[in-house]
Amino acid sequence: MANAHAVKRYRGIMDWLTTVDHKKIGKLYFGAGAFFFLLGGIEALLMRIQLMYPMFDFVSGQTFNELLTMHGTTMIFLAAMPLVFGFMNAVVPLQIGARDVAFPFANALGFWTFFFGGLLLNLSWFTGGAPDVGWTAYVPLATEPYSTRGVDYYSIGLQIAGIGTLLNGINFLATIINMRAPGMSFMRMPLFTWTTFVTSALILFAFPAFGIGIMLLTFDRLFNANFFDIAMGGNAVLWQHIFWIFGHPEVYILILPAFGIISEVVSTFSRKRLFGYSSMVFATALIGFLGFMVWAHHMFTVGLGPVANALFGVATMLIAIPTGIKVFNWIFTMWGGKIRFTTAMTFAAAFIPSFVMGGVTGVMLAVPPADFQYHDTYFVVGHFHYTIVGGVVFGLLAGTFYWWPKMFGKKLNEKLGQITFWTFFVGFHLTFFIQHFLGLWGMPRRVYTYLEGQGWDLPNYVSTIGAFLMAISTVVLLINVVITTIKGEKAEADPWDGRTLEWSIASPPPEYNFKQIPLVRGLDAFWKEKMEGKKEMTPAEPLQPIHMPGPSILPFMMSLGLFILGYGIIYHRYEFDNAFLGMLFNSKFVAILGAVIFFGCMALRSLFDDPGYHIEVEELQEKEVRA
Amino acid sequence: MSQANVHSNGQLPPQPERATLEGRNKITGFWLFLGGETVLFGTLFGAYFTLRNQTLNGPTPQELFELPLIALATLILLTSSLFSVFAVQAMHRNDLGKTRMWLGLTVLLGLSFLALEIYEFVHYVSLGHKFHSSAFGSSFYALVGFHGAHVAFGIGWLTLIFLQLKRKGLTTVTAPKVYLASLYWHYVDVIWVFIFSLVYLLGKVAG
Repeated sequence: MANAHAVKRYRGIMDWLTTVDHKKIGKLYFGAGAFFFLLGGIEALLMRIQLMYPMFDFVSGQTFNELLTMHGTTMIFLAAMPLVFGFMNAVVPLQIGARDVAFPFANALGFWTFFFGGLLLNLSWFTGGAPDVGWTAYVPLATEPYSTRGVDYYSIGLQIAGIGTLLNGINFLATIINMRAPGMSFMRMPLFTWTTFVTSALILFAFPAFGIGIMLLTFDRLFNANFFDIAMGGNAVLWQHIFWIFGHPEVYILILPAFGIISEVVSTFSRKRLFGYSSMVFATALIGFLGFMVWAHHMFTVGLGPVANALFGVATMLIAIPTGIKVFNWIFTMWGGKIRFTTAMTFAAAFIPSFVMGGVTGVMLAVPPADFQYHDTYFVVGHFHYTIVGGVVFGLLAGTFYWWPKMFGKKLNEKLGQITFWTFFVGFHLTFFIQHFLGLWGMPRRVYTYLEGQGWDLPNYVSTIGAFLMAISTVVLLINVVITTIKGEKAEADPWDGRTLEWSIASPPPEYNFKQIPLVRGLDAFWKEKMEGKKEMTPAEPLQPIHMPGPSILPFMMSLGLFILGYGIIYHRYEFDNAFLGMLFNSKFVAILGAVIFFGCMALRSLFDDPGYHIEVEELQEKEVRA
Repeated sequence: MSQANVHSNGQLPPQPERATLEGRNKITGFWLFLGGETVLFGTLFGAYFTLRNQTLNGPTPQELFELPLIALATLILLTSSLFSVFAVQAMHRNDLGKTRMWLGLTVLLGLSFLALEIYEFVHYVSLGHKFHSSAFGSSFYALVGFHGAHVAFGIGWLTLIFLQLKRKGLTTVTAPKVYLASLYWHYVDVIWVFIFSLVYLLGKVAG
């Protein structure tokens, strides 16, 4: 132990490339997710401009198809999920009183595979066109003759990113199962930790199905397989089943963490314990369970028959029950509470009616005969944007304002926050409310233009104006971030008078999080101590040296290996004009190189154990004094 | 080295794989991973059962499958799983030599299984049953080949542990590795039991 500091600690960019600290990885996820969120937002704006007027020719039909595919894919896989993971990383270990996640190395690997997968997918813009088949990539449209090479980028990019997602799911499950502080029983866990737990379980059981689905798609497109080729005995409906067995849990993977964020924010800013805590936990688990039983409601018009449609319809409606429990619990938490309308709380309060509207149209869509009318119209677009923007994005924005001080040590400007809120709230409803009616009036989704005189001109124009309002809101948020970073006030440890453990330590927390692991004595552990007049948590262990995992470049290199392997596979039989490139790719050299890097790094990780390093007691006390 | 894996008297704790938090985390995480693997294989089984009758003009499962060969492969793989149990038991007795011996034998049997599978696939291809000849072909090779890839990965993993045990010995760092690799090997074995019954046996009786 005398050689505890022998490990090298990196600085600057190398620090970020090699970090295994959950707080830094959280920031990386948050930053990369925000970048892709802007990208997906720009794609949405371009589409809305194209639809602003009938027969407008701002972008071509092909470009529009690429935009709509990349908007959906980017927002779901590369923006919403990473932002959720950002919060999970930044907050969950703190909420359960842990020093890190169960697998810090795999955590870093998860981030870098997501990053390189997203990079690969987006490079398709510069190499002959992005995928143009919708985020659902239905076959036969997504098979070889009917679509561009972009679909290969879709299947391989998401395959690589999916590895990271799966690792994250496992990591957070193991973290929450094994690493809770003494006294932190399952039924004392904060709701965000609970929703992370259930979401991680959904990831674990949903993502592998998608992984196999896109693997089969890759086989069909690049290796002459016949899974989806009807002429060779393949089955197109098989893809839809595989996709939606993953795809429906996926939307709960997005919304459950948002539910968790809203629960934290509503409880904190109402200065009340969350109403019906145990029913909240129950509802979360039930939503997660039912989420796997309803995938065929995306396929009512495929022709599965009335019995299947009726069963899946009823199962879908059942989900409204636990969701309703949650909605009422939030309202009852606010009821009689001492509410402070900070920006986070305003977003949380606006979340409730907005999300409920998305839920109600969801129940409407769950009625199979009615769904035959709504199917593939703008009604569906309106519905899922109410759940994903009115639900997930409102939740993420609430979380951003709520946890920003904890993550970055500074409080976002509340005045600018209010501008962000109002422009976003109004813009959101302006954009999507009218789309329900557009759908009922017959406008199909995924069309790049329409003829005038069908009553669609004004609603589309209104919808586009709303989209611009949301863009303004995002710009204001970015300005807020810049201003806060440059001259924001340093946040104290507990700026919101919080209830959970993350507020009991400094903002931002030191690398080891807790100097001594806290003893948890009830729900809202920190609040309980504060109510008894204490300033900090009772420690559950003596002050002792803390063992930390060492940094490593291997996660980055492994992901780079997968990236190279992915490129090698996409172009393994492409006919290049350049003879040298052709030789590199067609001889499978590139693919093999990528595989060698990946498996080689894996072997290195196994052969050379990471001794980590210790933070000594003197250093802990020194930091205490400085803080 | 952190002090956790240094044992002055050369003794390992009774369950060395669970002696540290890292070890316990790995075991929890790995069981969860196997849950995800089940969905991977479940999806491939689903695809196979959807498509297995789409043989087009190629040979059918009844014509292709030769049960004696498959039975031999099954016997080999099940025995290798037993050997990996012996390896873990030897590890619990803190017997480095025996641990390595059983791991080595597990790898050898794994290699024999893989050799039989490659022979089987080559034979099928010569009979006109190819990855791209029909939907049946695609789904068969995807499922059984994915299992074969798992076996190949397992062989590499076990070999790596076999090699590093010589240098590192049995510690609370290496013990979870032996334990997890053995867990993985059992899992691959269980999947094979399903492939043996649902693909080969069922393919022989019901086309």
